Amino acid sequence: MKQPLITNIQRYSIHDGDGIRTTVFFKGCNMACRWCHNPETQDFSAEPMRNPDRCSGCGRCAGLCPEHAISINDDGISVTDRDKCVRCGACVDECYNEARTISGRAYGIPELIKTLEKDKMYWEESGGGVTLSGGEVMAQDMDYVVELAKRLHGKGYSVYIDTCGFAPYENYEKILPYADVFLYDIKAINDDVHRANTRVSNKLILDNLAKLGRAGAKIYIRMPLIAGLNDSEEDMLKVMAFLRDNSIPVLQVNLLPYHELGQDKLEKLGKERHDYGFNPPSKQHLNELVQLFNQNGYNNTKIGG
Amino acid sequence: MEERGMNERVRMLRRQSVETQPHIYMERAKLMTEAYKLYDGSMSVPEMRATALKYYFQHKTIEIADGELIVGEKGDTAQAAPTFPELCCHTIQDMHVMNDRELISFSVTDEDLKLQEEVIIPYWENRSTRHKILEAMTPEWKLAYESGIFTEFMEQRGPGHTVGSRKIFEKGFLDYKKDIEDAISKLDFLNDKEAYEKRCQLHAMAIDCDAIIILANRYADLAEEMAAKETDEKRRAELIQISENCRWVPAHKPKTFWQAIQQYWFVHIGVTSELNPWDAYSPGRLDQHLNPFYVDDVENGRIDRDGALELLECLWVKFNNQPAPPKVGITLKESSTYTDFANINTGGITEDGKDGVNEVSYMILDCMDEMKLLQPSSNVQISRKTPRKFLKRACEISRKGWGQPAFYNTEAIVSELMNAGKSLDDARMGGTSGCVETGAFGNEAYILQGYFNLPKILELTLYDGYDHVGGHQLGLHTGFAKDFNSYEEFFEAYKKQIKYFVDIKVAGSNVIEQIFAQYMPAPFLSILTNDCIKKGKDYNAGGARYNTNYIQGVGIGTITDSLAAIKYNCFDHHNFTMEELVEAMDHNFEGYDRIYHLVTHKTPKYGNDDDYADDIMKEIFAYYRDCVTGRPNTKGGCYRINMLPTTCHVYFGEVMNASPNGRLAHKPVSEGISPEKGADIYGPTGVINSCAKMDQLSTGGTLLNQKFTPSVLAGDTGLDQFANLIRAYFNMDGHHIQFNVIDRKTLLAAQANPEEYKDLIVRVAGYSDHFRNLSKELQDEIINRTEQSFDDYSDADSEYPKGGCGC
Repeated sequence: MKQPLITNIQRYSIHDGDGIRTTVFFKGCNMACRWCHNPETQDFSAEPMRNPDRCSGCGRCAGLCPEHAISINDDGISVTDRDKCVRCGACVDECYNEARTISGRAYGIPELIKTLEKDKMYWEESGGGVTLSGGEVMAQDMDYVVELAKRLHGKGYSVYIDTCGFAPYENYEKILPYADVFLYDIKAINDDVHRANTRVSNKLILDNLAKLGRAGAKIYIRMPLIAGLNDSEEDMLKVMAFLRDNSIPVLQVNLLPYHELGQDKLEKLGKERHDYGFNPPSKQHLNELVQLFNQNGYNNTKIGG
Repeated sequence: MEERGMNERVRMLRRQSVETQPHIYMERAKLMTEAYKLYDGSMSVPEMRATALKYYFQHKTIEIADGELIVGEKGDTAQAAPTFPELCCHTIQDMHVMNDRELISFSVTDEDLKLQEEVIIPYWENRSTRHKILEAMTPEWKLAYESGIFTEFMEQRGPGHTVGSRKIFEKGFLDYKKDIEDAISKLDFLNDKEAYEKRCQLHAMAIDCDAIIILANRYADLAEEMAAKETDEKRRAELIQISENCRWVPAHKPKTFWQAIQQYWFVHIGVTSELNPWDAYSPGRLDQHLNPFYVDDVENGRIDRDGALELLECLWVKFNNQPAPPKVGITLKESSTYTDFANINTGGITEDGKDGVNEVSYMILDCMDEMKLLQPSSNVQISRKTPRKFLKRACEISRKGWGQPAFYNTEAIVSELMNAGKSLDDARMGGTSGCVETGAFGNEAYILQGYFNLPKILELTLYDGYDHVGGHQLGLHTGFAKDFNSYEEFFEAYKKQIKYFVDIKVAGSNVIEQIFAQYMPAPFLSILTNDCIKKGKDYNAGGARYNTNYIQGVGIGTITDSLAAIKYNCFDHHNFTMEELVEAMDHNFEGYDRIYHLVTHKTPKYGNDDDYADDIMKEIFAYYRDCVTGRPNTKGGCYRINMLPTTCHVYFGEVMNASPNGRLAHKPVSEGISPEKGADIYGPTGVINSCAKMDQLSTGGTLLNQKFTPSVLAGDTGLDQFANLIRAYFNMDGHHIQFNVIDRKTLLAAQANPEEYKDLIVRVAGYSDHFRNLSKELQDEIINRTEQSFDDYSDADSEYPKGGCGC
């Protein structure tokens, strides 16, 4: 069993399923959405991050780095040569400004469960539990993920799987007995748009969704919406038609308006900010979409997670 | 200025209350002095106190303001602050300071100064309790007091810290008088050597019954006169009803909702005119007390919901009209606010353990929401039985961000009270007052003695008891930092120092308690508090059914992190030596980046659900608690602890150099049981889990501040989970939690342009205050309290809650 990397265990997580949840963000995703707001979860390996606002450019890290991977740039901020960096963490421990981190660490399953369980009082009170997210949880080592879900489920905790759907269906089959709900993303119903913006086709994703529906999984559909790209009424009607045609039992629909918050993280990763000209749908349009879903029988439709 | 209130009348009264500058009101001091000059020496001390109050009520200026439905002021008008020279005789310089200071000022006229100089000071200078106290304290006490080891509550104000019970609404003062006469008739002059003292005390109570009835009748007369001249028919009818009300209550048990509120208000005026007790006075479980009157009025068509709400809003204005007595010196620093800490408990359970929420409970929530006033402090008691609807309505108000209502755990309160020896019935009808202090309402004198500076004592322990801020030997000689060979050795030395100062504090408090018992009884308050009449004993002399003294521990976050910094770095991991740490502290960590980095970033800290730090918290908490709890006071009760700071954590920080945890010199220490600022990095559940490891049920109350950014609480989801978070904390026996929900940007803007944010109210400690009335240090402190929002982007203007895998 290979231990996947985890970037963050987010406590008091209230927008990733029902109740107060604890969300585990796995590192690594086999899609590459242009609007991704957690770019540090795209790569499966550990990555150095540096907060430019905290970095004083003192250069201690550059001096300490055994691989000589760090230098100070013209703006007086430390820069890491990602190819040279071996993720040893020496710079992290010694940075007096707490500007440096290594994103991604492995947890043994018992240690992870012990950490998660710290919040079981809140799950209990709120009807919450654990959400396995990412990155893409279903693209990780499935022996690990299934074992984790199985143990959590066995302890009576609610387990939600937050997935983009792009993984072999057998992975879903394996997790199905231990997953209470799938938070299932449809990034774009139009496959051209999907390919252009996520690097992959949505065919496998939609197939998996149909199969999960048939298998009796509980499903919340989540859609990131970017104005003019994937948020037209027509697109939404197509989504609903797909859901209906495949008799997918949808318990909730979440419309997730695009936001820019991922950009800062790109900078921390030492990557270029990008500008695809994305904007969130207008408030009015979002409300219209909610109505549209309601009219089509999807009464439990929300803006936000 | 934002206009609030359900109708024009309330808006007008609220406006007056909010816009009037607090001012010194000298008439009380003048009349008290006259009364003492006339009668002192001719009667017993309690009778003298009662006679003086009666004299004051006979002669003080009274007014009924335009539109008022509930009448009675402690001074002449709204925002009048009477002085109490028998407790604290202000110098002329004090009065100039009050007038001139930027914050918490009270206007003082030349005439006031003249009266103070020519009449008040010559008579009271050497007679005040403050004078007696300072004369009686030992040099060790004075040194510790002046060095900021502890504060002393009774130095300028009377003990009170108490709250009324249902009795107030079930009896009139003529009924009490009869009870008093019965008690006198039962005195056993053959066998009871205290019988004479008891008779004097009971006589005094009877005089005070007359006093409050006299005052009410004067208001009845005034209302009648005003009605005769009133041309507006509606107002005339109101004045006639006010007159009838004041003729009936407080002499008799109230008959209507209106009278019940008026009854309470006279009681409030009585208690807060007799002395200037801490935390003023409070009506206790107001919703439960008022509900029978409301139901009866509605059934009989005397009132509707709006009518009742209007009266409640009028009562709220009355509370807000009463600034805390003007404080100076250290007492001002520990409690730097106009708030006088009257506190309304809503919800909870009934005497027989059923859910206590009723129609009036919801009305009180509507009232606090609409009025948005500093006073009264309003809180809700949440029990397992509390309907979710009530909890959510309270959350809805709380998330507006001005700190009210605070949330209290009914089951914790009941356990705390029973653990401290109260009966189940008394515990169920108890609650919290002041900031967060647990008490058996109507049955207990639970007196706060002063704050106790745990981090400062650690500082002394590193220097063989020497105080480098004051430049003198302050504590015991327990060795220097370099001398300790193990953490345990060091901790033992720290414990010795704590015990040394607790001994000094308790010895001093016992003397002060006796000074109040002998010279400053409170017969009016004694009438209201069980079992003073039955015992023939004063509230200040052990007359109450329960008598508890509290010493409030401050800085548990700072002290835990400081001890963790020492243990982790100096002994467990040998990152640096004690000597090196002390050297870094001596230099305020300047030039000691490595040590500063290690103690601030690389050491386990309280507030993160990390057992390494939390176990240290448990150990120091338990030691402090056991060091105090159970020591006898002089009234038949004992000392206990609670964990709250008011504004004292700022003052306690001022008198300290840098701390081992990286807290810089003169910066505030941590407040309540909240973590040190910035120490908690895992969000609210991490904080709450750490706090829940403290055995809170063995205290008399703890205070936990949480600051959220608005986006975390937005929408139905935010509200629901907010309610669940509170419930979860209470399931873990948490005592209290309160919230500031204002974004940092707003606070920074308010700091820069106070005039534009005159209305901004924030939660400080167990109370809310106007942001502009806080010192710069306290403002910074509130800005810096960790914002629990949980992602790196808490300041982002996101309209919608975020979620999801990252897309």
